[in-house]
Amino acid sequence: MRYLPHSAAERADMLAVIGAGSAEALFGAVPKGALLTRPVDLPAHSPEFLVEAHMKALAAKNHAAADGPFFVGAGAYRHHVPATVDHLIQRSEWLTAYTPYQPEVSQGTLQMLFEFQTQVAHLTGMEVANASMYDGSTATAEAVLMARRLTRKDKIILSGGLHPHYRDVVSTYLDNSPNLIPLPASPEGQGDILSQIDDDTAAIVIQTPDFFGHLRDVEKAAEAVHAKGGLLIVVVTEVVSLGLIEAPGALGADIVVCEGQSIGNSLNFGGPYVGLMATRKEFIRQMPGRLCGETVDADGNRGFVLTLSTREQHIRREKATSNICTNSGLCALAFSIHMGLLGEAGLTRLAKLNHANAVKLARMLKTVPGIELLNKSFFNEMTIRLPVPAAPVIELLAKAEVLAGVPVSRLIPNDPKVENLIVLAATELTTDSDIEMLAECLTEALK
Amino acid sequence: MSMNTQGRPTGTGSGATASTSGSSLLPNEPLLFEIGDTEHSGVDLPDVAVSDEFLGGFKRKLPLELAGLTEPEALRHYVRLSRLNYSIDSGMYPLGSCTMKHNPRLNEKMARLPGFADIHPLQPVSTVQGALELMNELAHWLMTLTNTAAVALTPKAGAHGEMCGMMAIRAAQAAKGQGHRNVVLVPESAHGTNPATAAFLGYTVKPIPAREDGTVDASAVKAALGPDVAAIMLTNPNTCGLFEPQIIDIAKAVHEAGAYFYCDGANFNAIMGVVRPGDLGIDAMHINLHKTFSTPHGGGGPGAGPVVLSEALAPFAPVPFVRKGGLVEHAEDHHLGRICAFNGQMGMYVRALTYMLSHGGDGLAQAAKDAVLNANYVKARLGQVFSVPFADAGYCMHEALFDDHFLEGTGVTTLDFAKALIDEGFHPMTMYFPLVVHGAMLVEPTESESKQTLDYFCEVMLDLGKDAKAGNAERFTSAPTRAPRRRLDETRAARQPKLKWERPVELPQAAE
Repeated sequence: MRYLPHSAAERADMLAVIGAGSAEALFGAVPKGALLTRPVDLPAHSPEFLVEAHMKALAAKNHAAADGPFFVGAGAYRHHVPATVDHLIQRSEWLTAYTPYQPEVSQGTLQMLFEFQTQVAHLTGMEVANASMYDGSTATAEAVLMARRLTRKDKIILSGGLHPHYRDVVSTYLDNSPNLIPLPASPEGQGDILSQIDDDTAAIVIQTPDFFGHLRDVEKAAEAVHAKGGLLIVVVTEVVSLGLIEAPGALGADIVVCEGQSIGNSLNFGGPYVGLMATRKEFIRQMPGRLCGETVDADGNRGFVLTLSTREQHIRREKATSNICTNSGLCALAFSIHMGLLGEAGLTRLAKLNHANAVKLARMLKTVPGIELLNKSFFNEMTIRLPVPAAPVIELLAKAEVLAGVPVSRLIPNDPKVENLIVLAATELTTDSDIEMLAECLTEALK
Repeated sequence: MSMNTQGRPTGTGSGATASTSGSSLLPNEPLLFEIGDTEHSGVDLPDVAVSDEFLGGFKRKLPLELAGLTEPEALRHYVRLSRLNYSIDSGMYPLGSCTMKHNPRLNEKMARLPGFADIHPLQPVSTVQGALELMNELAHWLMTLTNTAAVALTPKAGAHGEMCGMMAIRAAQAAKGQGHRNVVLVPESAHGTNPATAAFLGYTVKPIPAREDGTVDASAVKAALGPDVAAIMLTNPNTCGLFEPQIIDIAKAVHEAGAYFYCDGANFNAIMGVVRPGDLGIDAMHINLHKTFSTPHGGGGPGAGPVVLSEALAPFAPVPFVRKGGLVEHAEDHHLGRICAFNGQMGMYVRALTYMLSHGGDGLAQAAKDAVLNANYVKARLGQVFSVPFADAGYCMHEALFDDHFLEGTGVTTLDFAKALIDEGFHPMTMYFPLVVHGAMLVEPTESESKQTLDYFCEVMLDLGKDAKAGNAERFTSAPTRAPRRRLDETRAARQPKLKWERPVELPQAAE
């Protein structure tokens, strides 16, 4: 077996040093009957080329995003990732390094995390950011728990514009607590979240651009919730938007969480992604996840360490702020490299290009008979209403190799109000001919 | 290095100051924000004009202040930084409970096939049949290796898997009208995530003391069981590196008391293909794909922590899951809901399945046996100088545990010893864990290490052990001296947290 270095003779030599009669003797503590006497019922080891053939055959059964016009978004976005990013993250020293608990031999990872935290803080307009979370949805749930700890209040209100998966994850994390108020889906961008805020409210959660693509008024939400002593959590699932849309931190957000996949990371059928979390300086001791901080070494040279770990499970055990241990290091690296390549100038251009393509898409969709565009505002994503249920139309277009977006009923089933809706996104990769083809296919399908 | 920043008032850079440390091949590397500025970019994009028509009045006004690098600058920055890292490709990680094994590059190549990397979690199910087939195949391997009835693939890491498994237990208890059970038993030797997870879900943690031989006492578990106990969380093989000999009795007692058995699968590498946890009576166990099945640690994630479930817990798996005919995305009957958006760590599923197919069932069993052989070999060779707790417990599994008894009176601590190992070219072993052993040193060599590497490691360890005993404390207390950095001031980092780059206060400059 190509991954196992020992020869039979070496194994025998080692057993002799140990003083064991056989390899099986080492498993003597296993209760009788529990030690398998014959191999598990699975295929035998396989040469590299056969494994590769098997995996390629599976991959070939999938329709890749690049195979045709592609408008699927709804929390994960297809963007171009520069070749440099993937080359760098495959370097052994990044890919195969352990968590940087031993700072003397992990300065590469630690400095990168410090740079990542700085990038996230600047992007969101917040004072501090952590070293990443699993993804945007779990970061949202952790932010909600953090807000409860900070305010010592219980009530959480989720905007009707929050991604339905995020809403479900928060519900699961809070064990469907009666103090969790998820407002009904608001495809028109309407919202009555502000009227729900009371003195018991720990936090409200709003997403912008929201699940349906609308840009939401963060400032007004901040004023309303702060007036009642609660916190504002802002969710961003498309971080590219922050290159063009105002930073939540500049509008009064207390905790900002983002799905960072758009920068540096592929679609990967949903994971691994990278959650971003940023907050105010005064709240860091209640923030979950790893934090990297600057310090000096014994010679007085600048260096970096994981810090404030008294919040974490390996020190505090049952008193930790969260049980989180492993996070999303390599995806954070990919994010940081891509963002470092973009810089302020590049991110601004990228965001404008996304928005410009979305405007083209919106204008074209308006020309399709029977289609109603629900958005007055958007960044790169929008919602349309068809005269018929959306899911069969999406399937029909998929047969023509046009992936036309997400039927809202896929995420919010059994709700007639959303049955005819499609959420679609455009990015810098969307071409004019993609948009024309989508419009043609939709026109044909709705005839 | 500061070329970009000179005379650019819009730049974020400050001009890096030269430092005295570093060597010609390991130069000090300034921060991204000290090299780049807000005008440079390594991505060519057209600068299109956009109107405010659809921006709702929310156009960004706050400056981004994101430093940019051109492509050659970026390559150099991240290559230089990378060289300050230790990695499995450059040396052995004797890190107990972490299973730092070889990361095959075929896994990386497969994960990057466009049919896996470039597919969206919400594109029509008819267009991702290969992905669902892959998830099904991975689930089959995991269930076969563990002899369990179901597997929840979506947990994003071990601790997330623990949370998922314990939520399934909570849901199962509630469904039986036993929602009042609010105590979880956790042995003192457990990994910190176990009590953290139980507490996270609102359970009261009741610690179970270890026996003299480092294993869990079945009678102590029986005594602690009662009508208020929901579950036990047990690691097997345990964190002392030992197989729990009474595990079947413990499982039986737990079930008789109406509780469930959660097993922490962090140490599954010792027994894969050799012992099936389902045969021991476990109800739920997470499997760290980033440990046992070789997906890379990546400097701290991403991981993946699928949870295998017994028949009793199978109905309480989270959505989504794959069933014959497709993907089930919405909770029906008992399912506990959703623990993350989308379908979990697909990129890790691809890597793990590639690894499994490469090894086959036979190769996985051989890997487990080699991992156990290697740990026992290290234990046997080091036992001459190092002190071994629980010496009567017999052979260890895939980890060899030592305590700091042998360092008594030397002025050298476990931490000093570990830092001295850095100067000899090795990553330190796991220190001060498990907590039940004084000054613990937990060594997990994994099956990836050759006899030659193990022999060299043992020689270095023995030399250090003898030197410590000979009174050469200086070698340890000043270590490391040959790493990119010497010991770092962690107290300062925590007392005056500096968590991001701040623009230095600049002295007034003459106008250009």
